[in-house]
Amino acid sequence: MHAIEIDNLTKSYPVGFWKKQFRPALKGLSLSVERGETFGFIGPNGAGKTTTLKLLMGIIFPTAGSAHILGKDIADAEIKKKIGFLPEQPYFYDYLNPSELLDYYASLSGVSATERKKRIPELLERVGLADSARKQLRKFSKGMLQRVGIAQAIIHDPEVIFLDEPMSGLDPIGRHEIREMIQGLKDAGKTIFFSTHILSDVEALCDRVAVVHKGELRGIGVMNELRSSTGGKTEVIWEGSGSVPRVTQLLMESHVTGDLVRATVASENLDTLLARLREYQGRLISVTPLHGTLEQYFLSRTSEPEAARV
Amino acid sequence: MNTRLSAITLNTFREAVRDRVLYNLIIFVLLLVASAPLFSQISIGMQRLILVNVGLSSISLFGVIIAIFIGTGLVSKEIEKRTLYTILSRPVRRWEFIAGKYFGLMMTLAVNAGLMTLGFYIALFITQSGLKHADAWMLVSIYFSVLEFLVMTALTLLFSSFSSPIFAAIFSFALFVIGTFADDLRNFAALAQGVTKWLATGAAYAVPNFASLNVISQVAHDQHIAGKLILYNTVYALLYSAAVVIAAVLIFERRNLK
Repeated sequence: MHAIEIDNLTKSYPVGFWKKQFRPALKGLSLSVERGETFGFIGPNGAGKTTTLKLLMGIIFPTAGSAHILGKDIADAEIKKKIGFLPEQPYFYDYLNPSELLDYYASLSGVSATERKKRIPELLERVGLADSARKQLRKFSKGMLQRVGIAQAIIHDPEVIFLDEPMSGLDPIGRHEIREMIQGLKDAGKTIFFSTHILSDVEALCDRVAVVHKGELRGIGVMNELRSSTGGKTEVIWEGSGSVPRVTQLLMESHVTGDLVRATVASENLDTLLARLREYQGRLISVTPLHGTLEQYFLSRTSEPEAARV
Repeated sequence: MNTRLSAITLNTFREAVRDRVLYNLIIFVLLLVASAPLFSQISIGMQRLILVNVGLSSISLFGVIIAIFIGTGLVSKEIEKRTLYTILSRPVRRWEFIAGKYFGLMMTLAVNAGLMTLGFYIALFITQSGLKHADAWMLVSIYFSVLEFLVMTALTLLFSSFSSPIFAAIFSFALFVIGTFADDLRNFAALAQGVTKWLATGAAYAVPNFASLNVISQVAHDQHIAGKLILYNTVYALLYSAAVVIAAVLIFERRNLK
C-alpha cells in the first residue's frame, strides 16, 4: 500500500461572469509516494502545487480523478487523523498562545486530554518554543510561527505529513532550523510530502522529486537519477599525456598539466576511452561521473512546452 | 456534544472574549447603573418605565449588533486568514465547523445577555429601592431577546457561508429590520389582492418574525405574557434557526475554499 496515491487528479475553476469557461489549475496529475519517503513536489509559482495540496486536504474538491492516503479515499474524514498539514505562510489564531493552540488542534485530531497534557510541553521543547509557551502568537516572529506550524502539523503524531512551502519567507537561520526539523521527522520514519520552489531544500532532504508546471506533471524520479539525466558526462584523470592525440576524438574537453591529463568524456564513450588508455598504457587515476544539478533538471522540465516527458 | 464540536464552540467563545467584544458590556452595565439615579429625576412615576424600555431595548440591540458583527466574520475570516486549512485538514466535518461556530457565538451572546441582565436589575433595584414581583416578567422579554439572537446568529452565519463580510452584514441587518416589521408585512399581505397577496404572504412567512419576540412595552407596563406565546416563540425560533443553520451547512459542504 502506498502512503499517497494520486490518480488523474484534475481541478478546473470557472472564470467569466456571463460566459462561463473553465481554467484548468491541475491537469490529470497521477503519482504515488511510498511509506517513509520524503517526496519533493517542485514547480514554479502558480504551477499547481498548492492546488494539489488543497485537494488532498479536502479544502477544495476535484473536478475529476481521485486520491488515496494510506489506502483510504481522501473524502474519508477519519484518514485525516493520520495526516499532518502545514499550509503555506500559515496564520494562526493570534489571541491564543502556543500551548492553547496545540491543545485546540490536538483535540480536533482526537488526541485525549491526558495525552495532550503530556505531548504539548514535549513538542514545544522539541521545536524550541518552551520559553514562549504562554506568549500570545500575535507577538511571534515569522520563524517562530513556522515552528508553531510544524508543531501543529505533528501534535497528533501523524504518519503522513504535508508541508506547503515550509521555508518560504524565512531567513537563513530559520530555514536551517526548519530543515533540521524536517530531517528529524524523516529520521523518525514519517512520510513527508514537501512542496516548494526552493531547490536546495529539496536536494538536501528529498528521496524522490516530481516537477509540476502549468498544472501538469513534467517529471518524476529518484534524485540521483534526475541529476544524472542532465549530466551524462564523466571526468577521467590519467597519467600519460602521450596518449592524448590518439583518444582526442573521444573527448569533450581536456587539460594537460605536465604528464597529467584531466578530460571530460560523454558517458557512452567512457568504455572505449578506458580500453584505449589500457592499450596505450596510460595510468588511470580517477573516473568520476558528473551529475547535473537539480536546477538544470528543473529548468529542462519547465522550459519545454509539451507534457509527454514523464 | 462531540469533542471536535465542543472544541470549536469553546474556541469561538474564547476568540470573542479575547477580542474584547464583551468589554462593551462592562461599559453598558456601568453606564446603566450609574445613570439609574438620574432616571428618578426625569419625572415622578416615569423613571421605571424609561429604565425598563432603555434597558431591555439595549440588551436586545447590543446582542443583535454583536451577532451581526461577529457572525459575518465567523467563516470568512477563517478562509481569508487560512486558519480553516488547518481545521479542515483534520478529521473535522464541515457541518461540525459551522455548528461549532454557531454554538460558540450563541454562548458569547448568552453570556453577554446574562451580564447585561445583571446590570439592568441592579439599576432597577437602585431606581425602585428594591425589586417587585412584576419585575420577573422582564426575564421573559430577555428570554425572547435570546431567541432573537438564535435566529440572527443563524442568519449571519448563513450569509457569511457564501458572501463577503460586508454583504453578509448588509443582508443580515436588512432582514433584521424587515423582521422587526413582520407584523406590518402580514397586515399588508392580508389587505393585498392577486399576485401581490401571494408574494407578500410568502415574504411575510419567509422573513423571521422578530415582531412577536418583542414584548418590551408589555412587560414595561407590568402586563403578563401568555405561556402559549412563550412556547410558540421558543418552538418558532428553534425551528427557524435550525433550518437556517442547515441551509448554511448545505452551502458550506459544497464550497471550494480558495
